[in-house]
Amino acid sequence: MTVTDSRPARRRPPLGIGSSLTAAYYGLGFAGLMLAEAGLVLVLLGWVLLGARAVASVPVGPGDGQKRELFILLFLGAGLAIARFLVPPVLLALRRLTGLTRRLAGEWCGVPIAESYLPPPADPATLHYTARLRWLLTDAATWRDLLWVAVNALVGWILAVASAALIVVGAVAFLVPVFSHAVPPPAFPGNTKPVLVILGCAMVATGVAAAPWLLRGYGLLAATILAPADKAELALRVRHLSQTRSEALDTGAAEIRRIERDLHDGAQARLVAMGMTLDAAGQIIDTNPDAARALLAEARDSSVKALAELRALVRGIHPPVLADRGLGDAIAALTLDTPLRIHLASDLYGRPPAPVESAAYFAVSELLANVSKHAEARETWIDIRHSDGMLRIGVTDNGHGGADPARGSGLRGIERRLASFDGILAISSPPGGPTAVTMEIPCELSLPKTSFS
Amino acid sequence: MRVVIAEDLFLLRDGLSRMLQAHGLEITSAVDNGADLLAAVAKDRPDVAIVDVRLPPTFTDEGIRAAVAARREVPGLPVLVLSQYVEQLYARELLASGSGGIGYLLKDRVFDSAQFVDAVRRVAGGGTAMDPEVIARLLARNTGNVSIGALSPREREVLALMAEGRSNVAIAQRLVITERAVAKHTASIFLKLDLQPSDDDNRRVLAVLAYLEG
Repeated sequence: MTVTDSRPARRRPPLGIGSSLTAAYYGLGFAGLMLAEAGLVLVLLGWVLLGARAVASVPVGPGDGQKRELFILLFLGAGLAIARFLVPPVLLALRRLTGLTRRLAGEWCGVPIAESYLPPPADPATLHYTARLRWLLTDAATWRDLLWVAVNALVGWILAVASAALIVVGAVAFLVPVFSHAVPPPAFPGNTKPVLVILGCAMVATGVAAAPWLLRGYGLLAATILAPADKAELALRVRHLSQTRSEALDTGAAEIRRIERDLHDGAQARLVAMGMTLDAAGQIIDTNPDAARALLAEARDSSVKALAELRALVRGIHPPVLADRGLGDAIAALTLDTPLRIHLASDLYGRPPAPVESAAYFAVSELLANVSKHAEARETWIDIRHSDGMLRIGVTDNGHGGADPARGSGLRGIERRLASFDGILAISSPPGGPTAVTMEIPCELSLPKTSFS
Repeated sequence: MRVVIAEDLFLLRDGLSRMLQAHGLEITSAVDNGADLLAAVAKDRPDVAIVDVRLPPTFTDEGIRAAVAARREVPGLPVLVLSQYVEQLYARELLASGSGGIGYLLKDRVFDSAQFVDAVRRVAGGGTAMDPEVIARLLARNTGNVSIGALSPREREVLALMAEGRSNVAIAQRLVITERAVAKHTASIFLKLDLQPSDDDNRRVLAVLAYLEG
């Protein structure tokens, strides 16, 4: 992340008249954003000002003391009500605007800015107002947003509009009057035509030349205020880790409960039944050998079934081929067991750590199950690669698309499982297909075991 | 018939030896790892080697690799691989490991000693013994196949038994029908799957397996 983020920061602004004019134009865009941000904050401040004026306008006379206190109480009550109901939506709307500023600072100024808001404790739409208010107000990023609005309204916008203003004023106020009488020339001593031309050209040239630098300066100013502090980034990372860790522990615990239940209801129960059948056979073996033989056959069938159940269980916990041969062959074995037409390209020289291997295997297994259940695909492509410390697996099918992680829990589950390894899942599945799922898990490969001679 | 066994668990190795001896087979060596298997096969020149998939030192797919290595050193050596689980991937590798009888069975099949010894004899005789579970999964994989869809339920049963490596006589016994009826079914299957009919049992099995693997 640091690599991609720091690279554009070192880049110089592009030079050239076209890009300068674009930069000046972008500056105007930022000024527009500033107006919107300031407007939002004024909505809040406006109420405070109105209330203050109302309090101030109460006539103060002898015996009015109580009346005045009443008004102050009313004002405070109204203020609290406003704070409760108006502050959260305004602050959230402000986040959208500063979010846009962050994004545009990256796209226009070459200064990408990361976002670092605290995650909402629950769905913010249903959250209790007070909890919501606390969530917003205890977030340092909220206060950085507000500081940015102030700085932007006082200084920032000047940087943003300066070049456009120089170009426009130079052209309209100084150069146009030289050729046309529609605009009166600026009134200052010595405003002869040559002076106007020189001054006008100088202003336009300065505006054009300075535009990229001013835009970049604006971006850096925004980054200074809006970018999360190192501490905030660390806090974000810690939060992410503790969340994924607790999710991983939950999944692990649920898995162990499932295994325990399966063993209890399956193999264990069959072994008990087998013991009882064998006991019964032992009791009648002298008196009724034929019946005893039937019971023995039954016991044997039970043992076969118990073994089959244990096999299925083991396959679900950690497939033997995966342990034996690693990810590439395990997925090859998986493709042999599905009716799908699968083209597998596996290019792994070594083995990822066992937990990563297992997560990747079950992710592919789940994706293939999705393809055969929903996609009606004719063909599927699986591509497994490792480069630059990243295991990349692509699963693409030519089915009818429309896969939505929000609808099925399967894709969400994969996402959660990969998140424990800082892995990510990306889905592209337009209606009509094709569906392309890409997974990336950062990991190193260990060298393959020496082979049997 | 002379047999070499490679199985690391003493109880299973012992039980297997006794069961085969009870059926009149001779155990020339019973070893517990892949390297010893290669040595025993080279020394004893058995009619068949029975190999467990999990062997020391890695306890992974050692047995498969040992079987493939043994067949490289003794071309045409019949090998029967036993495993706690079956994988089509391994079945393919064994089938591709050269000529000579090959078997790949779940360990559970040992419980039915008559059937198991029959499979051992079949493999020793250059035939094939594929586990019904391998075949079931191969067939499941071919669910979308139109030609297989055109088979009658009875023909599908015959196809599965044939793919396991059974002869017409064995199939007839299993399904309680006449040998002539089995021959009729197999002819029809080969016609529907567009396969070259063959009188040689094993060549027929391999053709069917190759077809199912697609």
